[in-house]
Amino acid sequence: MLSILTFLPVVGAIAVLLAPGDSLKKGLALGATIATFVVSLLLLPGWQEIPDMQFVERYAWMPDLNIYYHLGVDGISLWLVLLTTLLMPIAVAFSNQHVKQNLGGYLALMLLLETAVLGVFLALDLVLFYVFWEFSLIPMAFLIGKWGSQNRIYAAVKFFLYTLAGSALMLVAILALYFNTGTFDLLELQEAGLPPGLQQLAFLAFALAFAIKVPLFPFHTWLPDAHVEAPTAGSVILAGVLLKLGTYGFLRFALPLFPVAVADYASLISFLAIIGILYGALVALAQRDLKSLVAYSSVAHMGFVVLGIFALNEQGISGAVLQMVNHGLSTGALFLMVGMLYERRHTRLLKDYGGLWASVPIFSFFFLVVAMSSAGLPGLNGFIGEFTILLGTYKSSPLFAVLGTAGVILAAWYLLHAFRQVAQGELTNPANFKGKLPDLNWAEIGQLLPIVLLFFAIGLAPNFFLDKINPSVAALEVVQTPVVGDEWLVDSSYQPPLNSGNSSLTTIR
Amino acid sequence: MDTALLFDNAVVLLPEIVLAVGVMVLMMVDVGRRGQNGSQLLAGLSVVILLLGIGASVMIWGRAPVEYLDGAVSDGFALSVRLVILIAGVLGVLLSRNHFPAIERQGGAFYSLHLLAIIGMMLMGTATNLIVLFIALEIFSLALYILSGFYRENPRSIEAAMKYFLLGAFASTFFVYGCALLYGAGGSSKYTQIHETLATGGGNPSLVLPGIALLLVGFGFKVSLVPFHMWTPDVYQGAPTPVTAFMSVGTKAAAFAGFFRLMITALPSYHDQWAMPLAILAVLTMTVGNLTALRQSSVKRMLAYSGIAHAGNILIALVAGTAAASSAAAFYLFAYAFMNIGAFTVTIALDRQFGNENDVEQSRLAGAAERFPALAAAMAIFMLSLSGIPPLAGFFGKFLVFKAAVEAGWAWLVVIGVLNSAISAYYYLRIVVAMYFQQPEEIGDEKEPLFVPASRPSVFVVVVSVLAVVVIGLQPGLWTDLLRGLGQ
Repeated sequence: MLSILTFLPVVGAIAVLLAPGDSLKKGLALGATIATFVVSLLLLPGWQEIPDMQFVERYAWMPDLNIYYHLGVDGISLWLVLLTTLLMPIAVAFSNQHVKQNLGGYLALMLLLETAVLGVFLALDLVLFYVFWEFSLIPMAFLIGKWGSQNRIYAAVKFFLYTLAGSALMLVAILALYFNTGTFDLLELQEAGLPPGLQQLAFLAFALAFAIKVPLFPFHTWLPDAHVEAPTAGSVILAGVLLKLGTYGFLRFALPLFPVAVADYASLISFLAIIGILYGALVALAQRDLKSLVAYSSVAHMGFVVLGIFALNEQGISGAVLQMVNHGLSTGALFLMVGMLYERRHTRLLKDYGGLWASVPIFSFFFLVVAMSSAGLPGLNGFIGEFTILLGTYKSSPLFAVLGTAGVILAAWYLLHAFRQVAQGELTNPANFKGKLPDLNWAEIGQLLPIVLLFFAIGLAPNFFLDKINPSVAALEVVQTPVVGDEWLVDSSYQPPLNSGNSSLTTIR
Repeated sequence: MDTALLFDNAVVLLPEIVLAVGVMVLMMVDVGRRGQNGSQLLAGLSVVILLLGIGASVMIWGRAPVEYLDGAVSDGFALSVRLVILIAGVLGVLLSRNHFPAIERQGGAFYSLHLLAIIGMMLMGTATNLIVLFIALEIFSLALYILSGFYRENPRSIEAAMKYFLLGAFASTFFVYGCALLYGAGGSSKYTQIHETLATGGGNPSLVLPGIALLLVGFGFKVSLVPFHMWTPDVYQGAPTPVTAFMSVGTKAAAFAGFFRLMITALPSYHDQWAMPLAILAVLTMTVGNLTALRQSSVKRMLAYSGIAHAGNILIALVAGTAAASSAAAFYLFAYAFMNIGAFTVTIALDRQFGNENDVEQSRLAGAAERFPALAAAMAIFMLSLSGIPPLAGFFGKFLVFKAAVEAGWAWLVVIGVLNSAISAYYYLRIVVAMYFQQPEEIGDEKEPLFVPASRPSVFVVVVSVLAVVVIGLQPGLWTDLLRGLGQ
């Protein structure tokens, strides 16, 4: 099942390359991504709310070296897999409309990217994981370098080399783990327990790779270039899914394998996350280009996810997992909408817009909803994620929670600022007048609608999602043995006062 | 000597014997058709001989290793290296066919030298005796000196041959002096004997380290370790590209095979002394190779420096000095054969389009993906594999070598190795960027209709190499099973 899920896009990619004619290619690519989405939905009916890996597959790959083809999915990866398979058909549908040059190659690369990403989310063998992790760079670099805007070559090379260099040391760490335990298998390594000295070094190597991918301040400099230059669907996938590989890596590998080192570095990384949140938000506020505004907002939002993970308690981590999905949906939608606007007007500068509500009301409405989701308006998905993260952070460090909350306020500021600049005010630019600027068509609404519906679904029924995440998070070793010094934090019955007044959230725990 | 002894266990050298008989047949055929132009027949015959050689290797695969006349052994390692060399040989011959007029006129000489070089290279991997080792080295070196100057219309080719010959002869003297010192130290030219004498405290230990140092110069020259690498870019660039493709892989495989066997079977008791100097050489070789490759504008020179860097990677396996490390090196060379020869083949095909200059400037690659989509895709795969991106063959070569080194306690060396890999990605990527992302400088009036602008044998070589790089990458387990190290 998981193998079918992972490699279905490759089959699609080959079919797309071989198919004659652009319309057939479009149909095949869309069909392959939708089929993958349907397969991934089949994970839900048989889902058990247990901490263990489910749908496990394990075959010998390089038997004499103890390397296995080992896939599995648990509460941490489930929603990320579904997020990937959902965003892909949307990104492909958007590309089908707008990409003109070399469409076959473009779609094949998108499909290969999907396989690589799903492989990373599902792999339970460190070598297999590393293979998918590195392979994901190639299609993305090609998408940026070939179909991006003016500075695309610089952005593609920077993206590729930055992330490649970051993960080089991870390979050494993987080998060192094998040397100490004789296995590359994540589950076996988890049980083996590693000596603290090795944990420190290996954690640093893994953390560097993940921090670059997230990106965590100060390793974020590749991101604005890559995002701004990438084609729209590339940005959607980059922001929606690829960034999650970093935070997922922290959760899947760093936390279970190096609990001692994680405890040592938790406050440093949380501190960097806070800087990222505030810095990303402030820089976003200063942007004149809508796409770079969204790109910097990613730095800030991913900072929240990291903050939640390194709160090292159940709320923080569960919130982080949910927030990964939220960010994927809302930032994905933001990039999509920026792309839709760009395809109409061929500019992304805020000053070229204004007053669009009068001329394109449907677009403006969707833009408002998406921006609100990203800003964390209660009732929508972003709120649940950020609130749960801040709850968890407050338990481990009230100071960080306060600073994080400041980030929430800044996020609302820059997103409202963006919305005001685009949709409100006076309609001055003649190119934006009603009639000149077409509103969203049905295809575009079709691309946005599933995302927006999920905003509400997660926002109104978060427990459907959290219940599947929680068991796996609760089983993490770092969660079970709190490392924070103050006694009252260790007392699990303690509920921070923040929580008391809000009835809809007490069920989150 | 008892003549029966001569034939006993001769089967050990069956592939070499097949090739040697083949060379004689080839020369006879050449004499028989004197005066005729064209060398299709000879090329075909060489391929058949090489395939028979591969068949012979397969025949003796899996036999218990036996020694022939105290001088050669056919164990898993020797067979693995043979396979690499024979594959490189077949691909090299296929590429040479019709490559330039001198091959047409003197096909007999060209192909028999080609086969002789292969024989010498294969012997390097089997040698268990200093004298056999030196003879093997000279057989393939002499053949290669001539082959690299075969493009006589091109002054660069002649310069390359001259440089290679003079420096190579110089290196050989170091090598033979080193052999002499080791003989003095161990009282025998036989590896196992040397080891026994030295390990039991006999012989003349004071000669061992000077002997190793001198041998290192000889080996270092052949596999182009820094600082003995100066000849490499000039010779790689000047030699006819098919010869470069063949020797870049063959020489490395042969010299490393000889180096591994000598160091690991004759001098394991001195591992502590020689490992650190070799580790330093590996660091130098990788770093200088990669940093210099960054600055190259010619594809062939870039590949030459990349070859130097790869030699540094393989040297890491020798530093580790374990059985697992030697099989990792065999796997590395196996993968390297396909990706490197593949890359040179694409270079040849593009060179034919750009005016037969025996080299390609990187600037001319701009927009190549539009004109030659299939070639560009193949080149991209070779470049990504050379830079060690999974899931291609090159990644697992590096992976296995690094793994063996970490297991032997050389983690710091592996750290330098992976950082070098990251540097190398830049210049490999540059080729991909030029082909795919850049626009050609001057756009011609019309698009050339050629999908694959290459001769049929080169198409075959490219297809085989691409398939090999991908299949080895996706199913590395099959090949780690097949390729063996020393004592396995």
